[in-house]
Amino acid sequence: MYSRISELTVGAFVVLGAICLAFLALEVSGLTQTGDTGSYGLSARFDNVAGLTGRAKVSAAGVVVGRVINIRYDEQTASAIVDMEISGNFRKFSEDSSASILTAGLLGEKYIGLNTGGDLSNLSDGDVIYNTQSAIVLEELIGKLLLNIGSDK
Amino acid sequence: MMIDWVANYGRSMIAQVRGIGRATLILKQALLGRSNVGVNWKLTIDQVFAVGVLSLSIILVSGLFIGMVLALQGYTILTAYGSEQALGQMVALSLARELGPVVTALLFAGRAGSALTAEIGLMKATEQLASLEMIGIDPLRRIIAPRFWGGVISLPVLSIIFISAGCLGGALVGVSWLGIDAGSFWANMQASVDFYDDVCNGIIKSVVFAIVVTWIAVYQGYDLVPTSAGIALATTKTVVYASLAILGFDFFLTAVMFGEI
Repeated sequence: MYSRISELTVGAFVVLGAICLAFLALEVSGLTQTGDTGSYGLSARFDNVAGLTGRAKVSAAGVVVGRVINIRYDEQTASAIVDMEISGNFRKFSEDSSASILTAGLLGEKYIGLNTGGDLSNLSDGDVIYNTQSAIVLEELIGKLLLNIGSDK
Repeated sequence: MMIDWVANYGRSMIAQVRGIGRATLILKQALLGRSNVGVNWKLTIDQVFAVGVLSLSIILVSGLFIGMVLALQGYTILTAYGSEQALGQMVALSLARELGPVVTALLFAGRAGSALTAEIGLMKATEQLASLEMIGIDPLRRIIAPRFWGGVISLPVLSIIFISAGCLGGALVGVSWLGIDAGSFWANMQASVDFYDDVCNGIIKSVVFAIVVTWIAVYQGYDLVPTSAGIALATTKTVVYASLAILGFDFFLTAVMFGEI
């Protein structure tokens, strides 16, 4: 009889564990199954990526469409190349899309904003976006401001 | 004088290495030896009951309270920066990545690991293990293997329950008591916690801790000097070694999992 009781409670224990895992997946980490049809990679060439980190969000019109996977330095053009992974649900970025590095809030994290253009053909796996706007470096901005104030007088 | 000291050091080192070797052999014999391959589910379920289900109350209560304390402490710090909405993110990330697996494993080592060692040790002291062998039953198969599997199955489940209880405790204090908006609390949490990178890595940690803790516990029980003093020493060793191993492995796993970002 002891074995029957322990079998029942162990079953309930494992079910409780499964419920908690589902809670962690759905409520805590917000995992939703969206019928992902496989992601694809895009790259973008920036003059300056100051403050952008791996796993940063890639958003289009404020909706998260992907993540940054890797940031590397290209010695030939002396610029930074950001590799992004875009969800397969979002495939309609035209070939003249632009990418810019934006900041969430005043001191928030850096993320990449994609703006689609008017071209009829779409970006596909492995394409590189050249039309980019770099991160705003606060020190450079203040420097320019001081220079402008100086030249006004 | 000096030579003696060096020799003593060498002797204890050799004893340590022999111990690790014996522990590995015992585990290998218990899981893969002779006709031992496969899991005896009936015996294992009894062990999951003994180490898992009976640990549920301490895990639930400590998870709830650790989540509540995290929320309370985090709130006082985050209000200084006017970002108390990030409380959910802080509570959930620290629980899923670190506190959940580590504290559960430490509690498990104290609650279940010591009990395993004492139980097996008393079986050895009263020569029950030898009697089993006399009547042709492999004690490694009958006693050690189900206890090992029971621990390895129970601890990750307990960790998951601990993390969930902690998040609920954090929500209880943060939302119901301190008055953070429930929407921003959960939304911030969901936006920042990644299921694969945070929750799954926490569970992987917990599986590693489960193997280490249960292994240390059954080895200390099987290998002890069969006297009352020996059982006391082995039980102490189980808790101390298991706790140190958990913290050491945690550092390495954290460095591997979260180090590169």
